Amino acid sequence: MSLAEFFDMGGYAFYVWGSYLVTAVLMLIEVVGVIRRRRTLLDRLGRIHGAAQGAGRSGR
Amino acid sequence: MKPRHKRLAFILVGLAGIAVAAGLVLNSFRGNLVFFFSPSQVAANEAPVGKTFRLGGMVETGSVRRDADGLTVRFTVTDTAKEIPVVFTGILPDLFSEGQGAVAQGRLGDDGVFYADEVLAKHDETYMPPEVADALEQAKSARGGQELPGSTSLIE
Amino acid sequence: MAPNWFKYASPASFYPLAGRLVPWFGAAAALLTVLGLYLGFFVAPTDYKQGEAYRIIFIHVPAAWMSMFIYLVMAFYAGLGLVFNTRLSAFMARSLAPTGALFTFIALWTGALWGKPMWGAWWVWDARLTSELILLFLYLGYMSLQAAIEDPRRAARASGLLALIGAVNVPIIYFSVQWWNTLHQGASISMSQGSTMAATMLTAMLVMTLAFWMYTIAVVLTRVRCEILERERHSEWVAEIAAREAR
Repeated sequence: MSLAEFFDMGGYAFYVWGSYLVTAVLMLIEVVGVIRRRRTLLDRLGRIHGAAQGAGRSGR
Repeated sequence: MKPRHKRLAFILVGLAGIAVAAGLVLNSFRGNLVFFFSPSQVAANEAPVGKTFRLGGMVETGSVRRDADGLTVRFTVTDTAKEIPVVFTGILPDLFSEGQGAVAQGRLGDDGVFYADEVLAKHDETYMPPEVADALEQAKSARGGQELPGSTSLIE
Repeated sequence: MAPNWFKYASPASFYPLAGRLVPWFGAAAALLTVLGLYLGFFVAPTDYKQGEAYRIIFIHVPAAWMSMFIYLVMAFYAGLGLVFNTRLSAFMARSLAPTGALFTFIALWTGALWGKPMWGAWWVWDARLTSELILLFLYLGYMSLQAAIEDPRRAARASGLLALIGAVNVPIIYFSVQWWNTLHQGASISMSQGSTMAATMLTAMLVMTLAFWMYTIAVVLTRVRCEILERERHSEWVAEIAAREAR
């Protein structure tokens, strides 16, 4: 099986790769979103509590 | 009763009520939520007369004929008990073939022919490599004509 | 067993536990995805009828399973939260919804891309497809109800009720192909009759399901941790964590 044949998926390339690509992109967006949510949350909490405890933040 | 138990009781009663309601709705849907009618149902006048409906069944082996224009297709849809001739002009889906399930949308003419404006292919839940399918096919002809597993799933 | 369980039902002790588990589930998800894709594209044979197009099954079916399974778990936690008023179960239910909605969308999307070449239609209003679409609306309704109500406790109660009511849709989706005649084919795997798939195809599908499962756990646990931090931000232990982790 050649590489071109593999990507052609027996003529169903649009449907097969369209399914896999969209799935991968959406899952990636979710993962990145969750990680970013956690990061910004910790930053915000760190500013509030860090300031309260007098332990100034030394950047990230 | 502690508040916690009270809440639990409320929720259980609520859920039971919802389940009963859903059951009733489902039961009334049972007749209406059919996606297609089988040839036997059509023969028994269960399908709507003079209106568009879907006819589903197996495309009878050896029944597919193409007209000279190359676009009009005639075939017979069967559920092994009854059969109905179908006429369709247009492009058939890749999976459409004899001995396969198909669902045609259209209306039944007075001549007993079903005039379809859309034909969908219905496939079954069997997935296997071609070699296995060939082997099964050979075993079937050796046995003398029993169907491939799953290919009769359209007719229950 | 029991004392341990209750110990981890408190957000303060669940937070670090979840933090330790996430990397493991994330790594398992990545490894299983690689394995599943390898099996699905290089080991599993071509289908005798559908050719290569059937390979969509390796994400379509796992996503559809997860969409239903996550809903049931979400409804379970929502019910738990309603009855016992436990905070953690409300966080869990809330954190499960977006991932459940994502898998529902993926199931519908891949189904459309599979239906077009095979059936001849992107979409049909048969019982299976319609009930799965209703599931997507249930997830979206649940999330918007959460967002619409300001008070988190009231939001959890109202949306929890919706989650429980919507749970009746899950058996409807699952059994729709048996109860009504649908364009969608029946289940390839059943308790009573085993599977009607070639073994390597089945293995690939199950590995992908496991991968999605691990993915879900990793993402949802991370989201639960965010929920905990947000809701408990005034507590002493969150202050300590914030000071330590924000570096």
